[in-house]
Amino acid sequence: MTIAQGLRRAGNDPSTAAVFLITILGALWSLFAAAYAPDAAMRGQSWLILGGFLTGIIMLVGTMAGGGVINDEREYNENLIKAGVIATMFWGIAGLLVGVIIALQLAFPVLNIEAFGFTNFGRLRPLHTSAVIFAFGGNALLATSFYVVQRTCRTRIAGGIWPWFVFWGYQFFIVIAASGYIIGITQSKEYAEPEWYADIWLTLVWVVYLLVFLGTLWKRKEPHIYVANWFYLAFIVTIAVLHVVNNLAMPVDFFGSRSYSLFAGVQDALTQWWYGHNAVGFFLTAGFLGIMYYFIPKRVQRPVYSYRLSIIHFWSLIFIYIWAGPHHLHYTALPEWAQTLGMTFSIMLWMPSWGGMINGLMTLSGAWDKLRTDPVVRMLVLSVAFYGMSTFEGPVMSIRAVNALSHYTDWTIGHVHSGALGWVGFISFGAMYCLVPWLWKRKGMHSKALVDWHFWIATFGILLYITSMWVAGIMQGLMWRAYNELGFLEFSFVETVEAMHIQYIIRAVGGLLYLGGALIMAYNVYRTIKGDVTEEDENVVPQTAAIPAQ
Amino acid sequence: MAQSKSRWSKLHNKLFEQNSLILTVGVLVTVSIGGIVEIAPLFYLDSTIEEVEGVRPYTPLEQIGRDIYIREGCYNCHSQMVRPLRDEVERYGHYSLAAESMYDHPFQWGSKRTGPDLARVGGKYSDEWHRDHLTNPQSVVPESIMPDYPFLAESELDFENVAANLRALRRVGVPYSDEMIEMAVSDVTTQLDPYAMDYDGFQERYPDALMRDFDGDPSRVTEMDALVAYLQVLGTMVDFSTYEAEADENLR
Repeated sequence: MTIAQGLRRAGNDPSTAAVFLITILGALWSLFAAAYAPDAAMRGQSWLILGGFLTGIIMLVGTMAGGGVINDEREYNENLIKAGVIATMFWGIAGLLVGVIIALQLAFPVLNIEAFGFTNFGRLRPLHTSAVIFAFGGNALLATSFYVVQRTCRTRIAGGIWPWFVFWGYQFFIVIAASGYIIGITQSKEYAEPEWYADIWLTLVWVVYLLVFLGTLWKRKEPHIYVANWFYLAFIVTIAVLHVVNNLAMPVDFFGSRSYSLFAGVQDALTQWWYGHNAVGFFLTAGFLGIMYYFIPKRVQRPVYSYRLSIIHFWSLIFIYIWAGPHHLHYTALPEWAQTLGMTFSIMLWMPSWGGMINGLMTLSGAWDKLRTDPVVRMLVLSVAFYGMSTFEGPVMSIRAVNALSHYTDWTIGHVHSGALGWVGFISFGAMYCLVPWLWKRKGMHSKALVDWHFWIATFGILLYITSMWVAGIMQGLMWRAYNELGFLEFSFVETVEAMHIQYIIRAVGGLLYLGGALIMAYNVYRTIKGDVTEEDENVVPQTAAIPAQ
Repeated sequence: MAQSKSRWSKLHNKLFEQNSLILTVGVLVTVSIGGIVEIAPLFYLDSTIEEVEGVRPYTPLEQIGRDIYIREGCYNCHSQMVRPLRDEVERYGHYSLAAESMYDHPFQWGSKRTGPDLARVGGKYSDEWHRDHLTNPQSVVPESIMPDYPFLAESELDFENVAANLRALRRVGVPYSDEMIEMAVSDVTTQLDPYAMDYDGFQERYPDALMRDFDGDPSRVTEMDALVAYLQVLGTMVDFSTYEAEADENLR
């Protein structure tokens, strides 16, 4: 391959023109919305959206003036991943911070600042969930999937400017969604709160993401598609389906913020929890299993434990997960046959989940000593252990009799966080600790000791979090159903709230510790990127940007 | 990764691991089955929604109140779904029916009870209690951890475009008539006035809807009016004297 062929610039190609057109159309729509929106919230938010599109136009013009996007086919696109790593760290800290704030609001309601309700719990809670799931988790998935698909296909990411469109378009979606919650724009479907126009924008970004990913697979120089990519692909495809179906809605006005769900009542409920549970199954599980299947073998330099197990647990996991949604609706007005189906498949789901856990843990065969010597491996392994724990707890809670006690209580919140902080958080942090020295060509992190501190502080925080929520949830569930000797309900509702005050404080401390760990990491990452690396880490194997020849 | 010799692994290798499109289609088919089997029947099985009398579309004022309920994120802490468990039925009232949320776009069943269930809160407390409670929950329930919403009573209600909201709801299946949509804006003020000129017309459009000033200040139409009107109708529509839980069409 000649240098001229390799150094292709995508400056004024049709792709750039198409992105340009998209931003112009977006800017025009938001301008009209600013003028004609029937609701005050949209009149406010349209200016922010307009600002976003104008920023996009300026960035595009700057890129074009500089000669276009460099698309050197001899090298992996690492700048894209670097941007993703920084975005992951930024949103991670933002999301955890909001989490600590709302945890404190539950312990000390005076922290709900009155004014116009902008910072009330009801508006900040979706901000927290979206920030940690979609902003932090989503960016971790974007960054790692773009990294893994290039490396395992031995080719540069496809699409020229389009992967950058995915990256910036996704950040823009996060800003639209987050600012909307603060000013009261929400469709109230949990983890799918953004309104119709944000949903349409995300659909566009997501379809491009799928095409970029597939395009890279198509031009791969490896005959086989590596197992991590199956999981990433399942994540991208299924999230597209879930997002589109669950967000079907009728806008009140083409320039207004409000819309009404296409479905109502019982059908809407099951559609939502089909979506909600599979946001867990495909966003927070399949996607992060993709991370596990690349970063654990790579870091410990061992092959994946079992090829056959990965095939079996991949197909059974994605088949069974989809059925599990109705366990969120036990004893509700959802017909019982649907509840029973959901419970049955939730229990079956235990097996493929543990298949994944076993495949991840056993990959350390012959390298268990690294648990002592490499804190990053320790973090990755503990994350898989938490995955095993929460995927055991989940099926237990999906049993109707158990669910009668646990549902609507903080037990659910604790369960979610053992998965979110333990599994999703730690596997992401572990992957970032791998990526930072690889991408910025450092021989290790700035401080291995700080990685250790991060690990222990965060682990202690998780333990405080989940144990306090077990106590709070089980206690409240039991208090709700307690009868006195005369056959009357023993406790009023507010007595059960009062009883949880101390657990709410412990939970906030746990969250604060977890945030503290992330801040230590951010400092460590910053110093590493800056180049302050003195000690060489034998666990960091340098990864070059050059694509190996055939 | 160690290469296995089993026939199935070889087939998987040839078929899915070397063809990204076949892999994509395989994933799509695999993940579609469960959703189709569980969700699609809910749209055509008659037994999904019970046959009851009394459930009507929300009045324009109640619907705006519902939008405020959603805007403030009340669903984050309050469920609207009483389960058929002894303690819940005693604490909150009759267990919730699917029919009671058949016009709820979107549903508000919730997933967490940081505060109590609200499915049957309508009629349980006075308007004045709700006003005090929303403005400063601790003034009526000292141990409450609910945020204050003093701005509700201060904010003028934005209802001049409410007909567009009803029209959008009609497009997704709520049976609002042309008359209801035409009268939508005036129906907001009609509901707030127990001596309204159009009292009978309003009652015909929305049978048994409560008609009174909800925020305690008849001179103003505030967000408090709308939210309290919504809270006071919750769980009150079904006529349980005519509902037969054991009837064949209601067994699920």
